[in-house]
Amino acid sequence: MRTGTAARVGQYTALFGYLVFLAFPFLWLISTALKPPRELGSLHPTWIPRDPTLDNFRQAFDEQPLLRAASNSLIAAAGAAVIAVLIAAPMAYVMARHRTLLARAAGGWVVVSQAFPFVLVIIPLFLVLKNLRLINSVPGLVMVYVVWALPFALWMLVGYVRAVPAELEEAAAVDGAGRLRTLVSVTAPLMAPGLAATALFAFVTAWNEFFFALVLLKTPEKQTLPVILTHFIGAEGVADLGPLAAAAFLATLPSLVVFAVLQRRITGGMLAGAVKN
Amino acid sequence: MRQAAEDPPKRGRERPGPGHGAWFLVLPALIPILVLSVGPLLYGILLAFTDAQSGRTEPTRWIGALNFRDLLQDTLFWESFRIGLVWAVGVTVPQFLLALGLALLLNERLRLRRLARALAIVPWAMPEVVVGIMWRLVYSPDAGILNETLRDVGLGDGRDWLSGLATALPAVIVVGVWAGMPQTTVALLAGLQNTPRELHEAAALDGAGAWRRFRTVTWPALRPIALAITALNFIWNFNAFALVYVLTSGGPGGRTRLPMLFAYEEAFRYGQFGYAAAMGCVMVALISILLAVFLVGRLKGGDDA
Repeated sequence: MRTGTAARVGQYTALFGYLVFLAFPFLWLISTALKPPRELGSLHPTWIPRDPTLDNFRQAFDEQPLLRAASNSLIAAAGAAVIAVLIAAPMAYVMARHRTLLARAAGGWVVVSQAFPFVLVIIPLFLVLKNLRLINSVPGLVMVYVVWALPFALWMLVGYVRAVPAELEEAAAVDGAGRLRTLVSVTAPLMAPGLAATALFAFVTAWNEFFFALVLLKTPEKQTLPVILTHFIGAEGVADLGPLAAAAFLATLPSLVVFAVLQRRITGGMLAGAVKN
Repeated sequence: MRQAAEDPPKRGRERPGPGHGAWFLVLPALIPILVLSVGPLLYGILLAFTDAQSGRTEPTRWIGALNFRDLLQDTLFWESFRIGLVWAVGVTVPQFLLALGLALLLNERLRLRRLARALAIVPWAMPEVVVGIMWRLVYSPDAGILNETLRDVGLGDGRDWLSGLATALPAVIVVGVWAGMPQTTVALLAGLQNTPRELHEAAALDGAGAWRRFRTVTWPALRPIALAITALNFIWNFNAFALVYVLTSGGPGGRTRLPMLFAYEEAFRYGQFGYAAAMGCVMVALISILLAVFLVGRLKGGDDA
């Protein structure tokens, strides 16, 4: 299709406008993180710091237990990702290969859980975890994140199982391999990239999660990064802008890296799914 | 909570029964789901009919529909519900329109397309708390870039956007749109790749203009995805918490107190577990009704769209 010059100009203007809208808060975050207090107090803020400094980063670590929080986040997110994928994969396999009532019910639950009313779940969950003495504990949070990650882990994995031709499994069975043997030596290796993508996605969602962490974790030494970040904002909403920006920027880095790695898979996977549906 | 709408399951080869050993494969996931998800959901509904409170020594009593009666008369709850609707519609609609335009744009063969697609991921990858903090810095009355830009172009002399009674909700809505647009764009882009290019080209040869091609070829193919993503976005937005908690904590004067913030305060600040659970039930019921009306309406009036 030919597109006129005027239309092209319009398209590029729109694209440029979009990129600006997308980028400017993020650039501002970085700019703020690099400014010394004197520039932050200035009444006429500038985009590019005149006197860039890394002091805010050091100060951020002094003000709040960021390392501790990062390690809590890492444990919670990695733990949830690994456990969720390990227990979801077998169920996804059954859902993908067999049309049973159970598989259908699980599929329905996956859809409904997207609309999950968190208020309705968090209060009973809080009471249950309290009775199990798992309030204010990272393992308690991992349990919650696992269940929270399961719907989309199942959803993603069912797609990946179906991408593995059943003929391969049947061939292995003909060759005399048992069910478990077939799963472990034929299906699992073919699904490895899918398992990794699902785990990384679960990792990012758990790393970013705030609501459950806020409710379940009470003391600073147990809290995850998103919760600790809110401590930079004082009771009256007054914040030490430089360290706040620095800490916020640092907290984003791991998710950005994972998403950069996953980017092709996320868009590619959605595209493939939509096309072949 | 935002999650990717990943690969819709493709139809693979299916066998009739799970055979032996299937239970052993299913139980590891099923037990946590039942214990930590379905169970609490049912328990939560039960709690709504009790006077459960945190840290109280007397036993919890069954009080029937009393919580629900109180809720009906709680003007603060209805106010938060109204704000929740304004917010959810105010975010979902522009989000969809902008994402649609953007998806159409990124579906064209343009330079910078790859860069734009790659960057579109950034807001999606950011923790909501960071998005909130970032926009606080943008909106900041003195040190923020928004007011400085407005001053530069001669518009006004600095506002405190997030504490203004009139500006707080719109300011928060802009952030909501920004945060959710990428995911919607990627989903719609996936749908666009699904529309048959040949049909498009045939329509172009027949002399159909861009708008007509969109209406007759693109939109009918895109509609199912568009409907699904809009419905999901609406629910997610209505249940939003972290973004607004960080931006305004519900202020000023409750102008941005979304239902989830209200329920959170009732449950975990004032310890009113039963009351907050009842609120959860009402939210779910009302959202389900709204969605049912929306979906049924859209599906019925579908053919002319």
